[in-house]
Amino acid sequence: MCATCGCDSDKTVTLLKPGTNETENHHHHHEHTHDHHHDHEHFKTDPRELILERDVLMKNDLMAERNRGYFEAKNIMTFNLVSSPGSGKTTILEKTILKLSKDFTLAVIEGDQQSSNDAERISATGIEVIQINTGKGCHLDSEMVNRALKKLNPSNNSILFIENVGNLVCPALFDLGEGKRVVIISTTEGEDKPLKYPFMFESSEICIINKTDLLPYLDFDMEKLKDNAKRINPDLTFFELSATKGDGMDEWCHWLKDSMLVSD
Amino acid sequence: MHEFSIARNITNIAEDELRKANANSVEKIELEIGELSGIEIESLEFVWEAAIRDSVLDNAELIINRIKAKAHCNDCDKEFGIKQLFDACPICRNHNFDILCGKELKIKSLTVN
Repeated sequence: MCATCGCDSDKTVTLLKPGTNETENHHHHHEHTHDHHHDHEHFKTDPRELILERDVLMKNDLMAERNRGYFEAKNIMTFNLVSSPGSGKTTILEKTILKLSKDFTLAVIEGDQQSSNDAERISATGIEVIQINTGKGCHLDSEMVNRALKKLNPSNNSILFIENVGNLVCPALFDLGEGKRVVIISTTEGEDKPLKYPFMFESSEICIINKTDLLPYLDFDMEKLKDNAKRINPDLTFFELSATKGDGMDEWCHWLKDSMLVSD
Repeated sequence: MHEFSIARNITNIAEDELRKANANSVEKIELEIGELSGIEIESLEFVWEAAIRDSVLDNAELIINRIKAKAHCNDCDKEFGIKQLFDACPICRNHNFDILCGKELKIKSLTVN
């Protein structure tokens, strides 16, 4: 079993490049420096306490920092997109790519438990994409992203979007090495989502509120949602948009462009 | 349920440390988990047995120290206990604070022999 993602078998996480039959199974490089055959005797000794003070997520955090160094060296602006299933992550990505691909080099890492549907949708826009299937895993971790990066080989001076597994709980704890985390919530989800899932809102820098075209049909209070999110994270930057109808997409894409130009 | 993968991470670290210490077995493992760590202690306890089965932690006693969270208000400069990330500073009612402790997710010690 994989200790990083909790999956049942080392073979359940796969990487797939759309348009190819190339898949790669999950394989972590566990260091085994010891011999498995013990030929010495074990003597019963008195119990002793080893003081470790060791962070349980240290391995993930170290790999995330390696990814971060890679992005910095290649000037790749990276966003980790997190949300519940069905909030519109993939549609936002498709529409963002259409608006930005003339001016910038873009790439996407898609995370899902199963299927390559999302990667195929992104691939249809003409940009480079890698699908990570986590099998039973409920989140991406930094090692999966590291492996995907080696396969994807994103260009220097580019923008990379990582679409995490649709889940507002588990991905919050796992740093992938991204520059910024973007939490997406849709207007159909209710204003109290930030209070129910505070860790995701606390760990994000950007909050996109999607499906604003449905507002006339919903009993949804935009200001209340923002107030709830700001109770957890007063520094959040908000974008209100409708990915399907296009409202608000320009503001979001201008912000991305400006951020990219600042980092140049 | 990320508590399961957290438990598996803990098991792996314990296996590494046991080997490094050249010891035979783990008698006790002591964890420190903050109330704002993002880990539900009850969920971790629920998955623990399944996660450690056939590992070096199989017969180890599990001790979990729950760490209460504290924050420092950047507006009124006061320290206060915090139960939820959306709590306000009890003095000035603002939400502009830094968390001082309560986010721990650590293996404090292993007792081995």
